[in-house]
Amino acid sequence: MKPTPVTVAEQKVEWDLPARGRVGMFALIAAEAAIFTIFVVAYLFYIGKSLTGPMPKDVLSIPIFYTVCLLSSSLTIHVAVRALRRGNRQTFGILWFATIALGAAFLYGTAREWHRLIYQDGLTISTNLFGTTYYSLVGLHGSHVIVGLASLSIVMVFALLGNVRPEHAERVDVLSLYWHFVDAVWVVVFTVVYLIGR
Amino acid sequence: MSTDAIALPGTGMASRPLVDALHGWVTTVDHKRLGILYIGYALVFLVIGGIEAGIMRIQLIHAHNDFISPQVFNRMFTMHGTTMIFFVAMPLVFGFANYLVPLMIGARDMAFPRLNAFSFWLTAFGGLLLYFSLVGANGLYGAGNAPDVGWFAYAPLTSKTFSVGHSTDFWTLGLLVSGFGSIGTAINILTTILCMRCPGMALGKMPLLVWLNFVMSGMVILAVSPLTAAQLMLMVDRYLGGHFFDTQAGGSAVIWMHFFWIFGHPEVYVLVIPAFAFASEIIPVFSRKPIFGYPVMVAATICIGFIGMSVWAHHMFTVGMSSNANTFFVLSTMAIAVPTGIKIFNWLATMWGGKIEFTTPMLFCVGFLFQFLIAGLTGIMLSAAPFDWQLGNSYFVVAHFHYVIVGGILFTVFGAFYYWFPKMSGKMCNETLGKLHFWLFLIGFHLTFDFMHVPGLLGMPRRIYTYEPGRGWDVWNLIVTIGVVFQGVGTIVFITNLLWSYYKGKTAGSDPWDAWTLEWSTLSPPPVYNFASIPEIKSRRPLWDLKHPADPDWKYE
Repeated sequence: MKPTPVTVAEQKVEWDLPARGRVGMFALIAAEAAIFTIFVVAYLFYIGKSLTGPMPKDVLSIPIFYTVCLLSSSLTIHVAVRALRRGNRQTFGILWFATIALGAAFLYGTAREWHRLIYQDGLTISTNLFGTTYYSLVGLHGSHVIVGLASLSIVMVFALLGNVRPEHAERVDVLSLYWHFVDAVWVVVFTVVYLIGR
Repeated sequence: MSTDAIALPGTGMASRPLVDALHGWVTTVDHKRLGILYIGYALVFLVIGGIEAGIMRIQLIHAHNDFISPQVFNRMFTMHGTTMIFFVAMPLVFGFANYLVPLMIGARDMAFPRLNAFSFWLTAFGGLLLYFSLVGANGLYGAGNAPDVGWFAYAPLTSKTFSVGHSTDFWTLGLLVSGFGSIGTAINILTTILCMRCPGMALGKMPLLVWLNFVMSGMVILAVSPLTAAQLMLMVDRYLGGHFFDTQAGGSAVIWMHFFWIFGHPEVYVLVIPAFAFASEIIPVFSRKPIFGYPVMVAATICIGFIGMSVWAHHMFTVGMSSNANTFFVLSTMAIAVPTGIKIFNWLATMWGGKIEFTTPMLFCVGFLFQFLIAGLTGIMLSAAPFDWQLGNSYFVVAHFHYVIVGGILFTVFGAFYYWFPKMSGKMCNETLGKLHFWLFLIGFHLTFDFMHVPGLLGMPRRIYTYEPGRGWDVWNLIVTIGVVFQGVGTIVFITNLLWSYYKGKTAGSDPWDAWTLEWSTLSPPPVYNFASIPEIKSRRPLWDLKHPADPDWKYE
């Protein structure tokens, strides 16, 4: 018994399919977006439904500086990938490090905010509905920032060892898609928590 | 012929010690082996879930029976529902998709083989976690030792107050973990279909099974994620003292229902669309005609996918929503009947005028056509809100969705087993045993689920552990339980057939059904690399073109 090779003799087709890394990442982003949607809906639904304080308008202040940090990291990672694609590995390394630093600054901002909320304002995840939804939504986003920073740091280590070369630009680009998504989610979380919910 | 590449563990491997063979299975990233692992795993849980159903039916065989206690009854229906949906139906769907999609699109593996293995082991671990609750859930409270909150786990039953101990935690964690596995596999299938097709296979030339699994994967990504989010919230409530579903602190029990059914209803289509996929491959081959209305079939599937995402609250008519919401969900639910009807007519039109061969797979698909039609009709009845107010949460509902899941989905899955078993094992299934299985299961199915509608109409609620005599429910419950015996025997015949055929069945050859899609062009079982040379195709039925060079399909498509 022999397998039948299936070919079409006279056919020469142009065959160009999308890169699987990008498609896979877009699919992951769709799944993540669905998870965030549910948390955002829960947050919006519970605005103003807390039975006890503290209320958002009493304790939240808009984190403009750290938001600017996170959003500008999207710009640095984009330019970093472009530099790598053009073969400029040093620029890539500097900008990649800048991305990590900006992301870490954002996390520091969240940590300070949470510290103040817990120790000065007495708001924990079990205090009231605002606490439950606030820490869940911001924490879910924060955990995505942590995962992103861990992945970015691995690439940074590879880059310092001299192992990230222009032919890896496509892979690094896939990771940058994830980082852009994390930033885009922050725009939504920021709007919901600090603008609508306050 | 590389039979040892795909043999079941511990068999046909005289040259290799058992440990080596098992090691090969545990560390494999081959889509075919992972597909078989998924399927074998699902079959084990099918038997467990079936035993749980049997225990419930024995308890309900007559009024005031005390075969099991009310507490155990609660655990049985919770474990039965959770097991059958998450650890039988989903792994079966993913197993066949894993095995067939790369072969049908002429690829050598999935897009992400390691993610594939990771997803399978997550799913497997989720199932073990659920059943570990039997040992580990007792805790210090003397509380129940298995989840008993129902498979949709409505708040506030899941709160710490009403569910002490850890049984609900095992339920939550099991579903969370297997949910991650499902999302991983769905991403993998989607990417494989978009990025790994062989030259010439444009989207419009993919086999229908591939198209339908594409839509299924998209739905898993959008529907299982909300369940994951809801489980995370439930864990925040139970472990960290959160208030998402805590009405005492202003939280809402209804929002859990919404979040659960935003997953729960698309899940039905996640399961039934692959069933459509099997029917769409099997019916044409045994009618000796190409599928009728291929583009319309694709369009109808995508349409079902879209509408299926927006009907979830028809599970909640009895909760008391606004009349606007009720109207919307009634109409969107009824709208699903249109693309589904198109599909049924297309399958009938495929059979019309064909040279039909009633082999076992075809018998199961014909049974599916009838039963799925009836399931759809009771579905339309229940989609009318006033009718649902009368019969919501009754045995009529139970009969309806078992008609979908058993009569529709399980029947085509059995058909798929008989159809692709020769490809997976290299051996033909025994036709006599196969037909015996079909008739036993058909009789058992109709005894159980036809007659289950009646006590529902007479007002018997679901999830009661016993009932008073003299309400007119007794004889119906007796018949329903008798049907289970037939289904059980049918399942034993099925498992016997698989095992017997694997060892003693006659050799299948690469193309036993004279079929047309690419998986039949390679060996049975396929070698690890699937295709020695990557195929190139020009039409939807490449093997037809090969067998009939004078009259190929691509001249007409």
